[in-house]
Amino acid sequence: MVLLFVAFISFLIFRFVGNPVESLLGQEATVAQRAALEEALGLNEPIYVQYAKFVWRALQFDFGNSYRGALPVAELIATRLPATLELALTSATFAVIFGVITGIYTAIHRGSFLTNLILSTSLIGVSLPTFLIGVLLIWLFSVELNWLPSFGRGDVVDLGWWSTGFLTLSGLKSLILPSITLGLYQMTLIMRLTRAEMLEVLQQDFIRLAKSLGQSNRQIYFFHALPNILIPVITITGLQLGSVIAFAIITETVFQWPGVGLLFINAVYFVDIPVMSAYLLLVGFAFVVINLVVDLLYLLIDPRLRDSQMRGEN
Amino acid sequence: MNRFMQSDFFYHFRNTPVAMISFAVFTCIILAAVFANIIAPYNPFDPASLNLMNGFTPPMQANDFTGEVFLMGTDDQGRDLFSTILYGLRISLFVGVMAVALAMVLGVLLGLIAGFLGGWFDVLIMRFADIQMTFPSILVAMLIYGVAKGVLPPDLRYEMSITVLIISIGLSEWVPFARTVRGSTLVEKEKEYIIVAKMIGLNKWQIMIRHILPNVLSPVLVIATITFALAIIAEATLSFLGVGVPTTKPSLGTLIRIGQDFLFSGEWWILLFPAITLLALALSINLFGDWLRDTLNPKLK
Repeated sequence: MVLLFVAFISFLIFRFVGNPVESLLGQEATVAQRAALEEALGLNEPIYVQYAKFVWRALQFDFGNSYRGALPVAELIATRLPATLELALTSATFAVIFGVITGIYTAIHRGSFLTNLILSTSLIGVSLPTFLIGVLLIWLFSVELNWLPSFGRGDVVDLGWWSTGFLTLSGLKSLILPSITLGLYQMTLIMRLTRAEMLEVLQQDFIRLAKSLGQSNRQIYFFHALPNILIPVITITGLQLGSVIAFAIITETVFQWPGVGLLFINAVYFVDIPVMSAYLLLVGFAFVVINLVVDLLYLLIDPRLRDSQMRGEN
Repeated sequence: MNRFMQSDFFYHFRNTPVAMISFAVFTCIILAAVFANIIAPYNPFDPASLNLMNGFTPPMQANDFTGEVFLMGTDDQGRDLFSTILYGLRISLFVGVMAVALAMVLGVLLGLIAGFLGGWFDVLIMRFADIQMTFPSILVAMLIYGVAKGVLPPDLRYEMSITVLIISIGLSEWVPFARTVRGSTLVEKEKEYIIVAKMIGLNKWQIMIRHILPNVLSPVLVIATITFALAIIAEATLSFLGVGVPTTKPSLGTLIRIGQDFLFSGEWWILLFPAITLLALALSINLFGDWLRDTLNPKLK
């Protein structure tokens, strides 16, 4: 449903913003030429027929040709998708691991010096725009300290249609700064959420019972409290993963990372309509897939849901 | 005024240092931007006052050739950075204010109508809002910007870019306004005074604008503050990406973009000062907005 709507918007953009007839024939075309081309492209058919055809072609990954360079959009995106996915996954992993760890830490050690430090840093982290974080990281680690590369993916290894930066040292090194930039905001969000949930769970009766049974703190935190906060944390993480893909546009521009985000921003800059509408579809698709995965994860994690599904209820 | 001084609101304000400091910083920035032409020692847009020899002067150091001293140094063309930041603030704040105003008017009106009338209009608007909410607003703004550039004829694109920017940020931020106003309208329209107003035969629009609207506005102020910070960051981000304001009228984002180019050759001040200004602005609005939310409407948390 959402996907069909997104497809409709991107169809409208594709069909009405960029005038395909004009861009193919130029301004001096005669009326007869125009009519012939409209006939050939199917533009004189009713809108809903055109929309159905658009969706059908999109399902087969046919998004037309880019205005610049005249390459098929699908091909352009396919060559750049691995870069973006690697970046998004790395930074999401980083955000989840550090977010949950610092969240639990700040919930357990309330009021300690390190907790206050982490919490006040996170406030600044939320107010800093993504691009500024990136630029400041480049300044510190690439310009001043000269430890890490400031742009590009380093050396990549081709595995068939997938080119990966995970297998070379320079690839890994160039991954560090962009993924921190991209993941920092999500990390602070996950941290705050984990902390809030943890504080709430730790006040409940079953935790007090476990304590009075003489269980060690570690057992209480990891076996009793942690499973109970996973559901909200996973929900938010899932939703955030979608925005990671979108915010990758900014990070990719700062670090000149050759992914789809950079492709999109160039498309906006040069008004390359087919690329824009294909990107919109891609992001919409990613959001739907993420929501589905999150729903499936609930089943895996929450025994109540899992059992009711197995018994065929619901 | 006396009533205001004795209100709970003002008492809270006086007793929250964070609120006072953030408000003071924010007011200073606003004043600096409004009176930029008086405060700024140079006019960065006047080519006659520029001296290329002054280029790349570090802050508070005399230039090697001309001996002039600049508070925050100069950029590549010898423009005084302090003056450029003041003028850049003007553009950033202008875009922010206009975008929030657009989002607010649109969101409040749509939320009001959707909440009051209900029916298919309500369903349509709120479904659309839901779908738009699944996408980050910065992406929506970029998309609207790209589409608007595609629709406009090429010769208009350049001069219209600030307007286009305001529209795209405004359209990307209307949803929170609409949702909140719709929610309170649903509550408000069941109350007795509205039922009475209906009974004495006032028409729908009169009831909506004159009677419901004033009663649903207080959370709108809070959302507007938070959205203002978001809009300023969105403007800076878009300008930084090169799809915002034209470089002849640099905003804070544009200045940071220019600053990044000179980072590698050691001219750090061109980046640092605009970045600090942006951070101070965003942080002060955020902190003040948080405080406002806690004070005015604890339920919104």
